[in-house]
Amino acid sequence: MPDAVFALVDCNNFYASCERVFNPALEGRPIVILSNNDGCVIARSNEAKAAGIAMGEPFHMAKEKIRQRRIAVFSSNYTLYGSMSRRVMDTLETFTPEVEIYSIDEAFLNLAGFEYRGLDSYAREIRAIVRQWTGIPVSIGIARTKTLAKIANRLAKKSERAGGVLDLTERRYLDMALARTEIGDVWGIGSRWAAWLHSQGIRTALDLKHASPRHIRKHMSVIGERIHHELNGISCLPLELVQPARQGITVSRSFGQYLTELDAVKEALLHFVMRAGEKLRRQRLMARHLTVFLWTNRFSSVHPYYSNTAAATLPYATDYTPELIAHAVPLLERIYRPGYHYKKCGVMLMDLQRLDLFDTRDPHKQRRLMKALDAINDDYGARTVLFAGMGTNPAWTTKAEQRSPRYTSNWQELPKVK
Amino acid sequence: MTAKVIQLFNPDATRQLARPLFSSAVQAGFPSPADDYLERELDLNEYCIEHPAATYYVRVSGDSMEKAGIYHGDILVVDRSLEARDGSIVVAVLDGELTVKRLSRRNGALYLVPENDAYPVFEIQPEREFLIWGVVTGVVRKFAV
Repeated sequence: MPDAVFALVDCNNFYASCERVFNPALEGRPIVILSNNDGCVIARSNEAKAAGIAMGEPFHMAKEKIRQRRIAVFSSNYTLYGSMSRRVMDTLETFTPEVEIYSIDEAFLNLAGFEYRGLDSYAREIRAIVRQWTGIPVSIGIARTKTLAKIANRLAKKSERAGGVLDLTERRYLDMALARTEIGDVWGIGSRWAAWLHSQGIRTALDLKHASPRHIRKHMSVIGERIHHELNGISCLPLELVQPARQGITVSRSFGQYLTELDAVKEALLHFVMRAGEKLRRQRLMARHLTVFLWTNRFSSVHPYYSNTAAATLPYATDYTPELIAHAVPLLERIYRPGYHYKKCGVMLMDLQRLDLFDTRDPHKQRRLMKALDAINDDYGARTVLFAGMGTNPAWTTKAEQRSPRYTSNWQELPKVK
Repeated sequence: MTAKVIQLFNPDATRQLARPLFSSAVQAGFPSPADDYLERELDLNEYCIEHPAATYYVRVSGDSMEKAGIYHGDILVVDRSLEARDGSIVVAVLDGELTVKRLSRRNGALYLVPENDAYPVFEIQPEREFLIWGVVTGVVRKFAV
């Protein structure tokens, strides 16, 4: 079997980068992106990080720093981010038919067979083309397993010398890179395991690579064993186990065969929505923005190419699968076109909000209540019934006072040129 | 004499075209007679857009390009995947702002040329903050009815 080659392509400061594409004056300026209700910082550009703005920092606490350093502030523009994400993925698909979308701004490319072109130079080409076509800067890490590709990607991003690309398929550079990677920075190693590993004298990825597999299996279960295999060049990690929520949850797969009928594509989408719902609940999160995307095969010489996205902001954050489905299906119907041979579809959940650990509200009861209120407002006019003193429930209010225009999805909000 | 077996590569017949296609469109601008989309209803998207991932719409503000048939309020189709050439109408970034002008190369110098005598020609100085954002491939205008 030929050696596997995984390239992890990851967008740099994705949300901030999206804002810069259509507003070039922001290049080099520190930027922060706020959550849907403008409550806290959910994304920062490198300059804002350097200015000391922390991820998740409440906006009112960051205000002074923002004013002093003239940091540009934006309310999150999920519609734009979803649209730009699709464009980045579309572009990546011109380089290899096997693109596995991992999250809103990351994808694994299978580059097995492309060694003859020089993996490093091919990756630099990918990076340049993505930058040119979408304006988004990316970093690329290449290695024999996904876990190693993640490590390579992290170093590619951090190292000035790497220039955004790092190829660790060669053995001699690999161990050096592993020695420079702290154990806590290895994919799938959370703080609990990191602490335990430290107690065993395992401090770097290289240490873990050389650790006894039986010892690891005994104390870190099969998951730890898989990570251990991956560090040793044996690819065996299913992605679902290690996807952090970060800014969004994405579930997307290629179909086993081309699908042409709406019902068939819908069925696939429903599976993905159910998986996404499961991930949401497992991480005690709810989502308020949903994007559906759909692709034909870019590489087909016979079938025409088509790809599209449709997005919706939900009336309130939810983790309830039937509700996610109820929103996803009309979005699919909006972008589905008969006569195409579809290869892939997916769902992206964004605007994630934490479910309070001590929340005693019954979410189902609350939903029924919301539905009743919506019905009254529909029948008697919007805002007939309002909540008095909703307090700190973020799901009900959207301030979004500083949201940038929806440059790619609204005719009234196109970028202007003089 | 022993024969050395060199690794044989079996073509993977289950995959389509695993070649990288990285600069030009996968499909040419004209449909071939074999393509079934000749039987589809006409779609302006297919007419206007060759590279969907790299194509954006922008709104024109002002009259600096009127002689080229580009008017205030028009929508321009901008393709970022194309290489700008001498004479291309481009959207460029100049001092942090998006502008639409004709690109001109004369005697080794680069210029952004308006299509309206009321506007000056800009010479791109090397130190100046300048970038080609994309190449304008079309203009869309609807009439008030």
